[in-house]
Amino acid sequence: MNYVVALLSAEDPSQSISWILPEQAEYVYGGLASIIIFGLLYKFAGPPIKKALAGRTERIQKELDSSADARKTAEEEASRIRSALGDISAERARILADADAQAAALLTEGRTRIEAEMRDLQTKAEADIIAAASRSSDELRAEIARLSSVAAERVVASALDENTKQGLIEDFISKVGAS
Amino acid sequence: MSSMVDSYARALVDIAAAEGNLAQVESELYRVARAFESNEQLRSTLTDETMPIERRQGVVEQLLSGKASNTTTQIVSFIVGNGRGSDLPAIIDAIVNRAASVDNKQVAIVRTAVALSDEQERRLKDALVAKTGKQINLKVVIDPSVLGGIVATVGDTVIDGSVRTRLDQLKSRL
Repeated sequence: MNYVVALLSAEDPSQSISWILPEQAEYVYGGLASIIIFGLLYKFAGPPIKKALAGRTERIQKELDSSADARKTAEEEASRIRSALGDISAERARILADADAQAAALLTEGRTRIEAEMRDLQTKAEADIIAAASRSSDELRAEIARLSSVAAERVVASALDENTKQGLIEDFISKVGAS
Repeated sequence: MSSMVDSYARALVDIAAAEGNLAQVESELYRVARAFESNEQLRSTLTDETMPIERRQGVVEQLLSGKASNTTTQIVSFIVGNGRGSDLPAIIDAIVNRAASVDNKQVAIVRTAVALSDEQERRLKDALVAKTGKQINLKVVIDPSVLGGIVATVGDTVIDGSVRTRLDQLKSRL
């Protein structure tokens, strides 16, 4: 710090007239030095830098390609899933339609069968009723006939006194003798 | 069965004929047969295989003693003694028919609800002779089920004038 202060405070006009610009000689060797430096840099540092840039570009391109592939794969998968979903919906619709058709067929068949069974039952019931009525009528007639015959036999038996019996015997003898 | 019954009938008719009382014997036998048919206790006693034959014959002799001729009693006892008690009515009927045929007669079985008087039997017999043209051996059976009237059977001919038959006909029509 003291040196800087001392430098600034020194008054030597022969040494320099500008505080900012260098001397002309400095332009020359400064320029040469710069050229040499830039040449060296270009010679020795350029290729690695170019290579690094190229590698970076390639890596980025690869990443871009990979991303594109991934996106494409994802889109394909999405498309496949959408297609599968579409198939599942169609299959679901088909199964539901089949189920509806089978249910309708079963319902129709069941109704037909039940109606047939009902008709059979009705026919059988009517036949049973007619048979039962006929049977009851026959049984009633038979019972009436039995009771009538029993009643007739009792009436006849009570009416057959000795004179009547003798009269029947005489009547039989007369008829046999006359025939 | 039939030949056995005929054999018994032929032999027993010959015995009765030899005894000279065929008409009486066949008449008594006929009454025995009808009693056998109508009396369950008598029928079961005379056909009881577990009862000794001598005892069954004793029952026959006890029942017929003093009520039938010795020939009749011996014939029934003989049939029962040979274990043919169940065939007694068939054998006796065969005897009656054979006895009638010996006299060239036809047996007429007459069923009535009440007994006939002798005069009625005679007139009935005459009527049957006139109707059939055959000599008749009249057998009267008292059968209350007839109710009234007479059923006369002569061989295969049945002359039915019974109240029972008319009631049966009425029942059939009902």
